[in-house]
Amino acid sequence: MIWNAVRESEAPEKRRTRQLADLKDLVARLYNRVPFYKERFDAQGVKPSDIQSLEDIAKIPFTTKDDLRETYPYGLLASGEEEIVEVHTSSGTTGTPVVDAYTQNDMDIWAEVMARCLMMAGAERGDVIQNGYGYGLFTGGLGVHYGAHNIGCNIIPVGGGNTERQLQLMRDFESTVLTCTPSYSLYMTEVAKEMGLEMADLKLKSGIFGAEPWSDNMRREIEEKMYLTAYDIYGLTEIIGPGVSNECSEHNGLHINEDHFYPEIINPETGEVLPDGEKGELVFTTLTKTGTPILRYRTRDITWLERGECACGRNLVRMHRLLGRTDDMMIIRGVNVFPSQIENILMEIEETQPHYQIVIDRGQSHLDDVELRVEVEPQFFSDETKQLERISQKIATAMKNKLGVNLQIKLVEPKSIERSMGKAKRVIDKRTL
Amino acid sequence: MKVTQISVFMENKNGRLAEITKLLASKKISLRAVTIADTADFGILRLIVKEPDRTRDVLLEAGFTARETDVLAVAMEDKPGALADVMELFEKNNVNIEYLYSILAGKGDKADIVFRVEDLERGQILLKQNGYNRPLDL
Ligand SMILES: [Zn+2]
Repeated sequence: MIWNAVRESEAPEKRRTRQLADLKDLVARLYNRVPFYKERFDAQGVKPSDIQSLEDIAKIPFTTKDDLRETYPYGLLASGEEEIVEVHTSSGTTGTPVVDAYTQNDMDIWAEVMARCLMMAGAERGDVIQNGYGYGLFTGGLGVHYGAHNIGCNIIPVGGGNTERQLQLMRDFESTVLTCTPSYSLYMTEVAKEMGLEMADLKLKSGIFGAEPWSDNMRREIEEKMYLTAYDIYGLTEIIGPGVSNECSEHNGLHINEDHFYPEIINPETGEVLPDGEKGELVFTTLTKTGTPILRYRTRDITWLERGECACGRNLVRMHRLLGRTDDMMIIRGVNVFPSQIENILMEIEETQPHYQIVIDRGQSHLDDVELRVEVEPQFFSDETKQLERISQKIATAMKNKLGVNLQIKLVEPKSIERSMGKAKRVIDKRTL
Repeated sequence: MKVTQISVFMENKNGRLAEITKLLASKKISLRAVTIADTADFGILRLIVKEPDRTRDVLLEAGFTARETDVLAVAMEDKPGALADVMELFEKNNVNIEYLYSILAGKGDKADIVFRVEDLERGQILLKQNGYNRPLDL
């Protein structure tokens, strides 16, 4: 089912006309109300009246995460403070947090786009949504919550953690849709096994997984172990939280709610806008928000866009699942490597699971030493050292062939790599550059 | 003759072996044989115990990767050349030995050696045919 067929399957020309009208309105509003944007425009010699077509968006200066931090907390507020009804901030693990302040208009948009996303993943009225995303300042939990209420689903607001109780609730209330991070879903299957709970006996049909990068191989593993269809969801606090885009039943990319969030792909080095199909950094402009709308926000996420009718009935532009982040991209001895590539290679090796960690250090030779720690799973453990060494060698060879870099493989004890409830720590970079 | 060996994966880090032995002691598991095969990066601890199934479960519960393997425990005369005789028997009959180690505190004039061979069935038959059939006293 499609939540809002009028918007999600709208004729492209009609959609573009409204996107342009919304963009013009947004630019004028921000220029007049937010000194930060006026200064940026003036410095570049750009006036709101210069925006006459959607392509003119390229004239608008980018906004970065640093801009958001420097204007913390309310420097980008485009509405009156009294109009704000809810505030979220992103986890400030790397510095000052960034803020999303929602007016009632923004809350309505959020509930709308999240309803669309949940429905893309097969949720309907009558479904029981078990929400394993954290509630609170993190947008994941409440975003799913508002969308589920909008559809009229029964939502179990269990949040993150307490895995045994999660599984009991899932069994007792016959949850049909699970929302959580992909790594947490795999952790759940481990706990279920310890509890003697058969995942096949549960009623789950869909899992909506996001908030951290994951691969197609990990999707297969989750689907096999959880007996459900896995859907990728994408969003970020700076834009609205979850609800920016979601996979549909076709699994051929994530439909972006582009009538609200206008996407562009740029060359991360030059800022030049790239055509559809080319890989680059994803940039968003929130066309319709009124609290803290944002112009040309650089997400640092790497992907590409594809347009056209989708067999699901929608024609919203699709973004490929994330290839990595401009800042997660490791440069190892001059070669670009994404953690997702390492995960894929491990999944292809029959003996190994994607339970890994990468430690980068600069050795005495001043070259980058990369240690790939892989957990020894019971199924590939052998009483003979040569068998383990053979697997270690197999991993090293596959990495060398596919990535073009030599990694030192270190086999480690199972569960010695931290499995987090939220985001998995995959890369430890000890280099001081 | 045929006995069950428990092997445990260990990272090469300080105190790991002490942890395992302490764990086994706390569960009143006594070791009849213990040996470590190690490489620069990791080690495999191999154990012969009275109750292999329970020992494996204790280790798995504590989060270790452990598995059972069938090996041959051979009781032989405690005199020069005894091991050489068994080795020759295996070699002549193309039974490949992956590794071997001795059992702690052999009793009386017998010495017990554990053999991990490629073809267990064949090794077992050969030993029986050649008079090595005293069961291991655990
Ligand atoms: Zn679709």
